[in-house]
Amino acid sequence: MLYREAGDFKTSYAKDQQTFPIAFDRWGYFITVAFAFLVVPFLINDYWVNAVVLPFLIYSVAAIGLNILTGYCGQVSLGTGGFMAVGAFSAYKLMTAFPELSMIIVILLSGGVTAFVGILFGLPSLRIKGFYLAVATLAAQFFLVWMFNKFPWFYNYSASGQISAPERSVFGFAVTGANVTPAVSYLFCLCFVFVLAWVARNLTRGANGRKWMAIRDMDIAAEIIGVDPLKTKLTAFGVSSFYIGIAGALLFAIYLGAAEVGEAFDISKSFLVLFMIIIGGLGSIFGSFAGAAFMVLMPVLLKNIMVGYLGWPTDLASHFQFVIVGGLIVIFLILEPHGFAQLWRLAKEKLRLWPFPH
Amino acid sequence: MNMQDSYITADGRTIGAPVMEMKNITLRFGGVVAIKDISFDIHEGEIRAIIGPNGAGKSSMLNVINGFYHPQEGEVWFRGKKRKPMKPHQIAKQGLARTFQNIALFKGMSTLDNIMTGRLTHMKSNMVSQMAWWGKAQDEETANREVVEKIIDFLEIQTIRKTPVGRLPYGLQKRVELGRALAAEPKLLLLDEPMAGMNVEEKEDMSRFILDVNDEFGTTIALIEHDMGVVMDIADRVVVMDYGQKIGDGTPDEVRSNQAVIDAYLGVSHD
Amino acid sequence: MSADFYYAIEVILNGLMAGVMYSLVALGFVLIFKASGIFNYAQGVMALFAALTLVGFQNGEIPFSHLINAIFGTDVHHFGWHMPAFFAILCALAVMILFAFLVEKYILKHLVNQEPIILFMATIGLAYFMEGFGDLMWGADIKKLDVGIPQGGNIWLEENTAFLGGDDFYGFYIDNLDIWATIFAAILVISLVIFSQYTKTGRALRAVADDHQAALSVGISLRSIWVIVWAIAGFVALVAGIMWGSKSGVQFSLSLIALKALPVLMLGGFTSIPGAIIGGLIIGVGEKLFEFLIGAPFLGGATENWFAYMLALLFLVFRPQGLFGEKIIERV
Repeated sequence: MLYREAGDFKTSYAKDQQTFPIAFDRWGYFITVAFAFLVVPFLINDYWVNAVVLPFLIYSVAAIGLNILTGYCGQVSLGTGGFMAVGAFSAYKLMTAFPELSMIIVILLSGGVTAFVGILFGLPSLRIKGFYLAVATLAAQFFLVWMFNKFPWFYNYSASGQISAPERSVFGFAVTGANVTPAVSYLFCLCFVFVLAWVARNLTRGANGRKWMAIRDMDIAAEIIGVDPLKTKLTAFGVSSFYIGIAGALLFAIYLGAAEVGEAFDISKSFLVLFMIIIGGLGSIFGSFAGAAFMVLMPVLLKNIMVGYLGWPTDLASHFQFVIVGGLIVIFLILEPHGFAQLWRLAKEKLRLWPFPH
Repeated sequence: MNMQDSYITADGRTIGAPVMEMKNITLRFGGVVAIKDISFDIHEGEIRAIIGPNGAGKSSMLNVINGFYHPQEGEVWFRGKKRKPMKPHQIAKQGLARTFQNIALFKGMSTLDNIMTGRLTHMKSNMVSQMAWWGKAQDEETANREVVEKIIDFLEIQTIRKTPVGRLPYGLQKRVELGRALAAEPKLLLLDEPMAGMNVEEKEDMSRFILDVNDEFGTTIALIEHDMGVVMDIADRVVVMDYGQKIGDGTPDEVRSNQAVIDAYLGVSHD
Repeated sequence: MSADFYYAIEVILNGLMAGVMYSLVALGFVLIFKASGIFNYAQGVMALFAALTLVGFQNGEIPFSHLINAIFGTDVHHFGWHMPAFFAILCALAVMILFAFLVEKYILKHLVNQEPIILFMATIGLAYFMEGFGDLMWGADIKKLDVGIPQGGNIWLEENTAFLGGDDFYGFYIDNLDIWATIFAAILVISLVIFSQYTKTGRALRAVADDHQAALSVGISLRSIWVIVWAIAGFVALVAGIMWGSKSGVQFSLSLIALKALPVLMLGGFTSIPGAIIGGLIIGVGEKLFEFLIGAPFLGGATENWFAYMLALLFLVFRPQGLFGEKIIERV
């Protein structure tokens, strides 16, 4: 009976409202964070950072962003790829136009620009609902990718149409360019992930989150009890796009180093992030992490098994990947529409009663 | 009875001046006239009922009061001022709260969170403060939680505080919905068939809560109800509607003896 | 009249033809949406899968040959026969009907009463699954599809319209394939309307579209209706796959026509068959004309990628229910 809440009494409302009300959870969280910040940087190498850890961290931010819009506020968006492109191109333009600007500020400003674009494309959400809105967000996806492709100003007239990140450093450590060490890029992303996840948690557990969820669960009733639907939806679009923009900026500047818009930010990115939050769990910050981890790890694992172990051609492995991802999405939706987050909750419920289940 | 004045009820409570006045309201959907030239008022502190057969336009009337429908003709006066056309959420901020005929709770949230949404019109901390869960945001959260806990105590739903509302039985859901409306501390509380689909026991509970709300908090209540017996017991004054028109208005006793009302409910003899 | 004017007309005519193709895909969406309330994102992949299967049968390819070769180290590819187009189409249709059964049995049955958005996401999963499955089964290389539909410019039309313009105008250029596609689409629509209006199954279908509960209560089997609807949608996908495949080869991009059909649906309303057709025509003409008049001269071209979506988006802001959708009255 390690995992329990009996005897764990709360004496103030503030204590009752904390993120991890159960002591065991709280300690687990502290240990995870300490491990991520203090131990992992010394263990990490190039392969792990590039194949698993950086994509996981960066997509976690994108997944939290989309989860705020779709999971908490109920507005399905298929424009994630386009918004990530806005973040990436803002970061590129800021980095090349203001070489002295700190990378931290560059990344935050890129998020800000994306938030603005996101609010713009969120405006129709007051009139358009459900599928119609999901399809309407595709307008953002296609229009933005086309725009970054067609107007050379965005990629500084480079011949290849690519954008590539110049070398920049933070506190004397290179974070972009050729001289980056795995530990630095890892820690740089980890700091963003940590702060952004914490902010997302705070926004979703208070008044703001309740407004979002009220709109998600029953928009008409929400309006009648005093929630301004336009303002609420637009804050969701804004905050969500801010996160997605930061993810796009990090993906381009820290992870890829160079990107071509039609390839790096096409519609398959939108679906990838959507799958992460479905598999991880709609309306859950933990689920965003779980979904991102799953969708990043699975292809690596499949590739290792099918190409590395069985010796199959890579194209065959990638076809299998489609079959497995698609199949899993359907299976998840059938068995547990709330994803990993719900499985985790159920497991804890069981654990709470263990070893006396009755 | 003078419309502008306060009056004293049969059980000795003093009722104040009108809070809400509907003047010559007409509401049409395309060619269908849902409400035809209806006027009535709701005084401060009273329990006002709107009754009538199915399709009489009662729910439409409630929707006009809280601004979900906009009438083509007529004026709505709230607390002595003519109300400009407004969005429902602006009207809610002026102090109107309501429950719904088909429960409209937020299914993905717990009882506590549902009732906390009722406090949203009272919460004013900015987003930056909420992001950090620090300062005003946290103080506000705690202060409002205290208010909500009082309502939870009042409605005797302490044990289901953290249960997702989707799992609750119908009667309790209705009670949580009442809690959400009460949490707004409304100047005028609208109840749309608060006892529909309940058994006798649940109806008695709900009647008691309505009377207690009116008594303890002094809340003005307007309610729609089918069950004539309950209405006649708890309402101070009753408006009777039929086919979008007002056919009676007065104390339960007056309404009960009104020939037009009897005809509407029992049918007219055509001999 | 100047030649530019006639070019504009040619653009419009070609837009109409492209619009017919969009309508064809949109039709599949509308059928499934009406009968089961499911927004079937997989419709485009179904067209791809149907076309792949058709080519596979025609050329006598061995299914999963790549996989078999990879596992057993063999080197098999073909059965060594060529099937006539007509039989291959029938076989592909049989596969699509089987597919409808499987979808009902393994997916829809388990997702009854879920929210529409969950069902929508399930079809995205299905689309991914089928995309990978189709590639596994028939290989991912671009394939040529020829079932005997004439292709290339229609000479007769070109010769007989050349006199309209001046010396620099050579008559309207319209592809034969587009003309045949229009004819097939028209036949398809008319037969669907006849089917749904005058047959018993069609009536049951409309009853289900109107009210699931009520249809169940009068003894209509929801599950068999779903199989029928998905089979019809599979048939529509096959026709769309044949047309698009003949035009530009059978390849992955064929599944993206679903994305072209979405704005058509937004414009025409998800529940209206005439809406799907007129919406398709408007989008087809609109995007070609926009590219011709504004896109290519001023914006650097390729505006067809997003024009349809922007048009639909702006349109919806002013009329959320689409052209032919029913007006939404909100109640509480």
